[in-house]
Amino acid sequence: MHKIRIQLKVNGEDRECLAPVHHTLLEVLREELGLMGTKHGCELGECGTCTVLVDGHPILSCLALPVECGDREITTVEGMAGATLHPLQEAFAALGAAQCGYCTPGFLLTAAALLRDKPAATRQEIAEATAGNLCRCTGYLKIFEAIEMAADRMRTETGTERTETGGERSRA
Amino acid sequence: MPEENRQDLTVIGQPLVKVDAAAKVTGQTVFADDLVLPRMAFARLLRSPHPHARIRSIDVSRAAAHPGVLATLVGAELPIPFGILPVSQDEHALCLDKVRFVGDPVAAVAALDEETAEAALALIKVDYEVLPSVMSIDEALAREDVRIHDYGPHGNVHKEVSFDFGKVDDGFAEADHVREDTFFFEGNTHLPLEQHAAVAAQGPDGKLTLWSATQTPHYVHRALAKVLEMPAAHIRVIACPNGGGFGGKSDPFSHEIVVAKLSMKTGRPVKVTLTREEVFYCHRGRHPVKMWIRTGLKKDGRITAMHFRTALDGGAYGSYGVASLYYTGALQTVTYAIPRYKFEGVRVFTNKPPCGPKRGHGTPQPRFALECHIDKFCADLGLDPARWRLDHTVAPGTITANQMQVRTIGLRECLQRVLEKSGYEGKRGRMGSGRGIGLAGSSYISGAGLPIYWNAMPHSGVQIKIDRGGGVTVFCGSTDIGQGSDSVLAYVVAEELGIAPKDIRVVTADTDLTPVDLGSYSSRVTLMTGNAAIEAARKLRALVLGAAARKLEVPAERLKAADGRIWDTADPSRALRFAEAVVLAEAAHGTLGAVGSYSPPRSVAKWKGAGVGPTPTYSYSAAAVEVSVDRETGIVRVDKVWIAHDVGRSINPLLVIGQVEGSVYMGLGEALMEEQVFRKGLHKIPSLLEYKSPTTLEMPPVESILVETLDPQGPYGAKECGQGPLLPVIPALANAVYDAVGVRIDEVPITPEKVLAALDDRYRRPQMPAVAYPETVPVAPLATAAPAAAPAADPALRP
Repeated sequence: MHKIRIQLKVNGEDRECLAPVHHTLLEVLREELGLMGTKHGCELGECGTCTVLVDGHPILSCLALPVECGDREITTVEGMAGATLHPLQEAFAALGAAQCGYCTPGFLLTAAALLRDKPAATRQEIAEATAGNLCRCTGYLKIFEAIEMAADRMRTETGTERTETGGERSRA
Repeated sequence: MPEENRQDLTVIGQPLVKVDAAAKVTGQTVFADDLVLPRMAFARLLRSPHPHARIRSIDVSRAAAHPGVLATLVGAELPIPFGILPVSQDEHALCLDKVRFVGDPVAAVAALDEETAEAALALIKVDYEVLPSVMSIDEALAREDVRIHDYGPHGNVHKEVSFDFGKVDDGFAEADHVREDTFFFEGNTHLPLEQHAAVAAQGPDGKLTLWSATQTPHYVHRALAKVLEMPAAHIRVIACPNGGGFGGKSDPFSHEIVVAKLSMKTGRPVKVTLTREEVFYCHRGRHPVKMWIRTGLKKDGRITAMHFRTALDGGAYGSYGVASLYYTGALQTVTYAIPRYKFEGVRVFTNKPPCGPKRGHGTPQPRFALECHIDKFCADLGLDPARWRLDHTVAPGTITANQMQVRTIGLRECLQRVLEKSGYEGKRGRMGSGRGIGLAGSSYISGAGLPIYWNAMPHSGVQIKIDRGGGVTVFCGSTDIGQGSDSVLAYVVAEELGIAPKDIRVVTADTDLTPVDLGSYSSRVTLMTGNAAIEAARKLRALVLGAAARKLEVPAERLKAADGRIWDTADPSRALRFAEAVVLAEAAHGTLGAVGSYSPPRSVAKWKGAGVGPTPTYSYSAAAVEVSVDRETGIVRVDKVWIAHDVGRSINPLLVIGQVEGSVYMGLGEALMEEQVFRKGLHKIPSLLEYKSPTTLEMPPVESILVETLDPQGPYGAKECGQGPLLPVIPALANAVYDAVGVRIDEVPITPEKVLAALDDRYRRPQMPAVAYPETVPVAPLATAAPAAAPAADPALRP
């Protein structure tokens, strides 16, 4: 099978590999770069399980080709935690929002993108943002609560708080 | 103080983080498809495009010659049949002479990569003689000329049963009112997000290892030994953490056997990962069931008799179907008092993917029928359906008409709590047009009382080893499918040894390393592994505390162990660290290890077929569902769900609520939208987009209430919580739709089309097929007070 050279920026690292040109970003991340944290549920763009961030925006890695990514910054679940867990990861763990854990990376990254744009997202905004991610274990409720818990903590750390309308304001 | 009433617990009952939570939120949990081994090859299975056909010939020569192909495999190389139940060993790893559903595997290829394997499948030539197919219960019963299997009593009947518990006709003769209803429950599937995957590797010593996304490694182990004709001692099955199971990964699967054989043929590790479409065809999900129910009542609402008939669409193979069939008749009696009960059931084969166990296994369908039927007969008699349910719950300790042993029962409290929280009584019939509320109760088993294959060994084993450094490792065959079974083991052992769960390493689901646990099915794991873990841990606790007592020179009974410390309750300054006590104990007793086992209590039931239904103890649930129904579109929106669950005792309330909420979600999906539908033998919607399941936008708020009955059978009093809470949701929703718009949809899913048809008086009610049920076996009741009342004299009652 003819392979091409692929260069990607993943989790802040420059990565390089050879892969067939038609292999998806999902396949390259998992099979060539060993980033097994990105999961798959359909490989048809239907379940959201393989969500990664490209320049901070959630995309379905099963529908993306690495050549489309150019030198854009790709973030996978492996890129979320540093020395400590990301607040979203802590909240998902604390509230039992990850049961089998298979859809979890996709939810975490989708939520991270949401909270970057809307640090005080309402329950409805959270539900809309994650509507493309399926979970069969939790009934979504613990996931909503975990995203809200993480949002509260992240805003506390950055000195903003939630308003009635879900907007944010700096704490006086 | 009885064990289950213990108040001094420090770990049990706490909302602790799961032991594997950090791995899951960082993507480090290793699922089966995440495994990569050196020189690993990839397998693909060729599946039948026909629902029913004879295989005239299979030619794999072109595939075998394709560059990159390492091996091919056909059914003749694995001729020994298998199946989860000993009574239906009707599957082959690859079909021998016939295919029975679209998706039945006929050949396999191992290649250097997945795409080469896939390309090679196209080179396999299978000559089929297409046969007529049967695609429904009615067709299967009518077409005696088309026979899918050559076993079973007749035609396409896989199994048929008829039992009369306590002369039901006498009960109907006493009745003031008799009501009959017919219901249909469409099939649906588990839809775990993780596609099934397996990796097999034969080592240089000839021994085989299989890693698989399975809920039942022990049964896979047995199936591999049988089909591969290898000693079980040379086979190791490791169940990877499952990315969701819900019953869909409980059968031994052809792909697991195929990769094992291909690894032996190629001398390499071989992986297979099913596509989402293949997962739909593997199925083993909810049986479509037609149901007829007839109940006799006194004017005051007392049931005098109930007659329940079911007809199950089993799909193409046996799977768990005999058990599923019995389950459609088993648990009607354990909720409300039914003095005389008759059950007739039939399971038929059809040319569709095999059905099996899905969350609630065979009981959500009859529970839907029963709880809707209750609302209907209450309306007939002018009774309040909530009051009726409260007034007729069975008493604790009851032995039911079909000889099921009820122990603690929190049903009435569950009902009371949801009634109170939901404001049901003030709302029913008063919410205005298009809005309504419905109620239902239910029950489920906390583990099957009998194993799948007859044996006298324990259902669960736990082994614990303590290292000199104070490290504790727990070994158990149980499989974590997301429900938290690894965490439960850690919590129980931590509680008993007085250490923190995070200081325990849990090794599970590995047939080489761990004692057998039968698997993650029938809601058995917390109760059975929990009890086995308590037994093992207490043996070690005695040794460690004994050594500490000698060192501290205080009686062992005065010692308390918690948080990694052991101290004298009379003088807390006299204390040791757990790790110090371990060193003393090992010095005194040698290597520190212990085992514990659990077997359920003997069932009181004495009739043939009573292997299904008994359990150490039943869980109970009640739900109230509030809906808004749009009369223009027929769309049912769920506004809120209140659910109460009798969990015995919460081992960890956080995880229990998670199971309850997940069950509510799955029940709502089944009630409103999920269905397996077929056209010309093909699954119409084998994709996650078209097979509709609830998204974040459909999920309503849920108020969960935990009721603790502290059952003496459970570890610290605990019962199951992973399946039972699904059951009341579906009928409560159907009852709410009736309250909202005054139409009865006697089938699920309750789709907008059906609601609109009903509002226009165009809805066609489900019909029961004409079933020639077998001759009825009479079963005399066991007296609750004197279970020795001579039923054994009747040969029909012998197991």
